[in-house]
Amino acid sequence: MLRRFSALPYVIWSGLFIIIPLLLVAGYSITSKDLETGAVMFSLENFQKFLDPLYLKVLWRSVKLAGEATIICLLLGYPMAMILAKMPAKTQRIAALLFVLPMWMNFLLRTYAWMYILGKTGIVNKLLMALNLPTVNFLYNEGAVLLGMVYNFLPFMVLPIYTVLTKIDPSVVEAAEDLGANAITVFKRIIVPLSVPGIISGITMVFMPAVSTFVISALLGGGQFMLVGNLVEQQFLLVNNWHFGSAISMILMVLILISMAVLNRYDTSETTGSGVSMI
Amino acid sequence: MSKWAKRIYASLIFLFLYAPIIVLIVFSFNAGKYSGNWEGFSFRWYQELVDNSSIMKALYYTLTVAFASSIIATIIGTFAAFGIHHMRPVKKTIMLNVNNIPVLNPDIVTGVALMTLFGFVKMKFGVSTMLIAHITFNIPYVILSVLPKLKQLPQDALEAAMDLGATPWYAFRKVIFPEILPGIVTGCLIAFTLSVDDFVISFFTTGNGVTNLSIAIFSMARRGIKPVINALSTIMFGTVLGLLLIVNRRTGDLSELDV
Repeated sequence: MLRRFSALPYVIWSGLFIIIPLLLVAGYSITSKDLETGAVMFSLENFQKFLDPLYLKVLWRSVKLAGEATIICLLLGYPMAMILAKMPAKTQRIAALLFVLPMWMNFLLRTYAWMYILGKTGIVNKLLMALNLPTVNFLYNEGAVLLGMVYNFLPFMVLPIYTVLTKIDPSVVEAAEDLGANAITVFKRIIVPLSVPGIISGITMVFMPAVSTFVISALLGGGQFMLVGNLVEQQFLLVNNWHFGSAISMILMVLILISMAVLNRYDTSETTGSGVSMI
Repeated sequence: MSKWAKRIYASLIFLFLYAPIIVLIVFSFNAGKYSGNWEGFSFRWYQELVDNSSIMKALYYTLTVAFASSIIATIIGTFAAFGIHHMRPVKKTIMLNVNNIPVLNPDIVTGVALMTLFGFVKMKFGVSTMLIAHITFNIPYVILSVLPKLKQLPQDALEAAMDLGATPWYAFRKVIFPEILPGIVTGCLIAFTLSVDDFVISFFTTGNGVTNLSIAIFSMARRGIKPVINALSTIMFGTVLGLLLIVNRRTGDLSELDV
């Protein structure tokens, strides 16, 4: 009895609040409302509308920025994860915790704080002025949004890679060294291949929130900066066109499903889940 | 890499991660109104915080929704994990995949999907819709932290207890529950943290002047964020830091807290 029914509340809950909402979004995306009669009919015009170069450009910009952020996070994060994994046990625990700790300060506020550092009268520009150098306009451009993405999502790259690295059996590395491999060969042939599951979780956990963000672009990109996320937000909260908004959400979901399917082809082990527990 | 190169690299990364936090904390003690201009040390914003009714209200909503949603999610999620663990393979795979949807879907899609549902059934947007949304995105994390603990249990633990005369409920309480408790606690903590920090999903599912701290910060950002918010965040951050230090000293082990 207990075994059979203990999942029942969640079966109902997930049906109501996970499955049905997604079906509704799918339904909204393939229908549109006739402005005169108010009748809702099947149509693909929402998807056709998205093919406008204006919107495609926004999609391309989102994918490009999220891709760049993912690559930068990987390049910055991998060495950091390696350093972390080789620290003495006690320091290691504290250092790993230091990557999680920032998450306990509101992320909007942390992102906003970059304005105090990089703004027109921010700390960096004050330093430049003090040194009699010309001030630089860092904010309200693509670079600022990219910085915001790297800043917010770097821990999501470091932690899964670090977790996988700590699980590598040291004797495997020793065996390679005994057989005459130098540090570079060990890194290329042993460490990197064994850390692939961590890299994949890391890439997923950086790329996904980056490609769908609308907060970072709204805060650091200035009012006019548009990513796919901003487009969805606009359709739902400003324009009130749920049909078009739903279509863009569907496109975003498909985009993420495709990128996850592509990534999973590189993943040979079954430990991809390691990332989820680190959030 | 030499030892020094490693140290410098790690320090630079930590500087990058903590620079905004340090700036926020420092400016929360600024006497001036404009963050960016240091006008001397003061507790002014900490005093004004108490009198700022809109921010106190946002804090109230944030904490209420976080407590309620994490506790409800923990209860539903723990039982769900127990049920899912004993399901037949096909059903189990389906449930685990459904459970992964809110984890893998971008927040904005979860947010607009719930908004569409609430709008479709003409529910009044407010605390209740926000609470439902938070419970929905919290349950999967509870399940994902409890399931591994259930897998570690000897398969026949429940049978053994019942063979010895325990009722199923008694066996669950006395045999299963104590063993999976660490997973439940971890799940509850993750749920609470996610709820406090959530902006995107709350933004789409709230209404009627119900504002949590993230929404308050977002709507303030255009005109400039008041230093009172810095003061409040410093207090919250300090509280978490303090709690972690206490837990660390007590148990000497943070492994249960690796959220």
